[in-house]
Amino acid sequence: MIASFQALLFSDRAADRVVPPTGHTAWLTTFTAAAMTFLAVFALALSLASGRLAARWSEALANTATIRISAPADQMQQQTDAVLAVLSGTPGIASSRALTNDEQKALLAPWFGPDLPVEALPLPRLIEVTETGEGYDSEGLRQRLLAEAPGAVLDDHTRWRRPLATAAARLNLLGGLSIVLIGATMAAMITLAANAALAANAQVIRVLRLVGAQDDYIAAAFVRRFTLRAVAGSAIGAALGLVGVFLLPPVDEAGGFLTGLGFQGTGWLLPLLLPPIAGAVALIATRAAAFRKLREVQ
Amino acid sequence: MIAFDNVAYNYGGGELLSEVSLRLAPGSFHFLTGPSGAGKSTLLKLAYAELLPTAGHVTIFDKDVRSLGRNDVALTRRRIGVVHQDVQFLDHLPLAANVSLPLTVSGKQGNPRDLTDLLQWVGLGKLADALPPSLSGGERQRAALARAIIMGPDVILADEPTGNLDWEMSLRLLTLLAELNRMGKTILVATHDLNLIRQAKAQVAARVLRIRNRRIQLAGADL
Ligand SMILES: Nc1ncnc2c1ncn2[C@@H]1O[C@H](COP(=O)(O)OP(=O)(O)OP(=O)(O)O)[C@@H](O)[C@H]1O
Ligand SMILES: [Mg+2]
Repeated sequence: MIASFQALLFSDRAADRVVPPTGHTAWLTTFTAAAMTFLAVFALALSLASGRLAARWSEALANTATIRISAPADQMQQQTDAVLAVLSGTPGIASSRALTNDEQKALLAPWFGPDLPVEALPLPRLIEVTETGEGYDSEGLRQRLLAEAPGAVLDDHTRWRRPLATAAARLNLLGGLSIVLIGATMAAMITLAANAALAANAQVIRVLRLVGAQDDYIAAAFVRRFTLRAVAGSAIGAALGLVGVFLLPPVDEAGGFLTGLGFQGTGWLLPLLLPPIAGAVALIATRAAAFRKLREVQ
Repeated sequence: MIAFDNVAYNYGGGELLSEVSLRLAPGSFHFLTGPSGAGKSTLLKLAYAELLPTAGHVTIFDKDVRSLGRNDVALTRRRIGVVHQDVQFLDHLPLAANVSLPLTVSGKQGNPRDLTDLLQWVGLGKLADALPPSLSGGERQRAALARAIIMGPDVILADEPTGNLDWEMSLRLLTLLAELNRMGKTILVATHDLNLIRQAKAQVAARVLRIRNRRIQLAGADL
């Protein structure tokens, strides 16, 4: 294996010429590598984007619910205490806390400016609820709040995101699986092309063996060829794929799912790993095919 | 150099060779003769490890062929020059590149002058750039001999090397083999050309082995 990496680097023109040019199978390999890498770039973009989405949504889920208490000023503190008491006795809730006036002011500042006199306004009191991993029974909590603090409203609107976060995580996994499948398909196609080339050159292989060529030498002549073609094709495919992702129309935050489909920051460098991987796949596939064929020749 | 010890071989049908024992001593010259289909080519293939014996032992350069790995077989073949009966070349490479192929595959840099001289010597000086499919049978055989000796092998095995040559060219080739033998090379030539063998006896101390009824025997004056 190390020998064939070396052979790859220190290409020997004479050694390359002992195997006749193979015509159209050469293009087959280049084309396959280009097409597969192009697909892999999109699978990678999808996988990364859904990974980011899953992370963002589950982060939001960790801090989901808010309880809003609207009550006359004199009952406010009493209802707040009642709600906090209910929450501390509810399974599935990690912690809860009433927002301070300053915090509420900060929340409202974007709408009403920094000088809002919060104390003077009949604003609802907000309680931030942090769930545990298992989550709580929201219907049960709602019933108990109704009984203990009629002015409290449980707002867990972010809960609808839970299945979406799961879906995004699943999509991330499927994207990764697609990349593996694309790699396996490429290996299969290159194996077929290499087998065709080896079969067409059975006579050449026999003559080389008879004049004292070692297996590594014969295999390298084929391996070098297919590996270089795969790397070249893959580079073309990666370049086209990156251009394709780059040209995706920008969608702002409101665009929902499509937001951020593409690469971010150093993520743009990841597709550059695909050509070397394609080369390694071609090397391993061709080498295996060559040694299988060589075993038939004494 | 090469020794057969009670060797048997069969291709799957009946036994083709049985109880074959022979020894090619360094510097010896042997002919191998016998009717067509007797197993001359098979015996030669056993001698350069293209075939493994079904029984007995073949020893090449003091090593049992069965103990040789694939790389050892390749290295061993670099020390044995073979002229195959069905001479095969790489049809996409010119004659000169084919003749120097053993050097190429062993990573050696040949001297271009030596190659030219060698081609001249076998009478193919003008055909260095010709592609093998355009050569006549005799030209192919001479090219095969050139390829067999370019590595300066210790042993030369030739299977019907004069099969397609006219008498004059056959004698030239024989003289060449005799010369190589005088330089110390061990030589085995399979042929059914008895005239060639008689002619050779005037030039070298050649022994004649004959395959008869699957066995090998030393032919005497009854040739
Ligand atoms: N690969 C093979 N598979 C099966 N049988 C074979 C194979 N090669 C040769 N034979 C058979 O073995 C026998 C001996 O063949 P071989 O080539 O050794 O004979 P030979 O003495 O060289 O004949 P010739 O003088 O015609 O070259 C023949 O009957 C041939 O049909
Ligand atoms: Mg024969």
